[in-house]
Amino acid sequence: MSNTDIIIHDEKDNVGVVVIEKITPDQDCSCWIMENDKSVSIQSKDEIPLGHKIAMIDLNEGDTILKYGHDIGKVVKNIKKGEHVHVHNVKTKKW
Amino acid sequence: MEIPKSFLGYKRENGRAGTRNHVIILPVDDISNACAEAVANNIKGTIALPHSYGRLQFGADLELHFRTMIGTGKNPNVAAVIVVGIEPKWTKRIVDAIATTGKPVEGFSIEGVGDIDTIAKVSKKAQEFSMWASEKQREECPMSDLWISVKCGESDTTSGLASNPTVGNLMDKLEPLGVHLCFGETSELTGAETVCEKRGKTPEAQAKFKKTWNDYNDFILKEATDDLSESQPTAGNIAGGLTTIEEKAFGNFQKIGGCQFIDVLEPAEEPTKGAGLYFMDTSSAAAECVTLQAAGGFNIHLFPTGQGNIIGNPIEPVIKLTANPLTAKTMSEHIDVDVSKILSREMNLSQAGDELIKSTLRVANGRLTCAEALGHKEFVMTKLYRSA
Repeated sequence: MSNTDIIIHDEKDNVGVVVIEKITPDQDCSCWIMENDKSVSIQSKDEIPLGHKIAMIDLNEGDTILKYGHDIGKVVKNIKKGEHVHVHNVKTKKW
Repeated sequence: MEIPKSFLGYKRENGRAGTRNHVIILPVDDISNACAEAVANNIKGTIALPHSYGRLQFGADLELHFRTMIGTGKNPNVAAVIVVGIEPKWTKRIVDAIATTGKPVEGFSIEGVGDIDTIAKVSKKAQEFSMWASEKQREECPMSDLWISVKCGESDTTSGLASNPTVGNLMDKLEPLGVHLCFGETSELTGAETVCEKRGKTPEAQAKFKKTWNDYNDFILKEATDDLSESQPTAGNIAGGLTTIEEKAFGNFQKIGGCQFIDVLEPAEEPTKGAGLYFMDTSSAAAECVTLQAAGGFNIHLFPTGQGNIIGNPIEPVIKLTANPLTAKTMSEHIDVDVSKILSREMNLSQAGDELIKSTLRVANGRLTCAEALGHKEFVMTKLYRSA
């Protein structure tokens, strides 16, 4: 088994979580989807630390972020595939 | 792994079993803390549980105060109790309720006597209780005597990926053995509230959950000044990669595995519908939540953390697990179970669940938790509103 850099909870998710100390820009990352035990790959655009999220597809303002197969917030600034997804480009739909 | 059928606990007069054998000096109110602490300092084998409240509370807030005091005294991890208050009336109410368990309990009030003579009288009784409790032996108890509460803290994305699902795996494996289970954190289910509601076993349990969550959410919206971005998620959560309350909620929710909850409990309420999973309406602040769950009668606690919460409780042992490899390394003295190998895929969830069951049983049998060894005794009352 090759090393896993990113774990994705659910096949429907549009973000994955970095599970190594960090990934660097232009790194070819291997991703494991927990739900169906499939593997996919992605090239990163940003440096992203352990526990932080990467966009698996291009996302536009107003789009919904899916994680665990569920809605976890809305995109407030366009995000390119491979970019860091966090409080600078995603906000809660609650509070 | 074949799951053990029993653990070594302290059998109590009312049929429950404890994983610990504490003699507690319980102050009814803030101004009785000094007396309680002086007694615990005099008499070895006793612990004082100081706190900040107990004067001029009224209505539901006062009832919660009593429920927390009484439930703490009734908890099977407590062998005997001394209650000390400024006035005799509230003291007696707590003593009488704890006495229904059959365990030794005595009350003292300070007014008209003063601290020094009260400390002398209480110390004599505390010495008697401590020496009596010291002869109690651990005996074989069925797994169904375990009442396990769960709460996560300083969460990050590794919590939702691995440490919380490890707790969920343990729940899935232990629920069939007749264990009582409890999760809480009403506000930290925000975003996952409709998914959580559907886990109610009956329409009544679902409706009760919905009302409980709505009431809590209405209260937050009423009191919130701007948004809760400084509190939920916390700065620690955000540093760990959690972006929104919804993301935190779905991570939190992994702790109950595939279990369904049979009832919704008031804060500090003791479950009465038999074995299985309960939801308790609690704040999401760690020490408040665990204090309420201990008062509900739970005798061992599982606490997954991401960035490294260090909480303990004076009467309910708190077992910490993390899946964050950096936390496991930098805060190793706080981590009882390291499940970070799930992230590197050197360990699967079921193996991690088995490891957690083994650790839970070792602690149930008497092994100190990291928090106990480090002296963490956070006893924090939940206050609903201002006193009169």
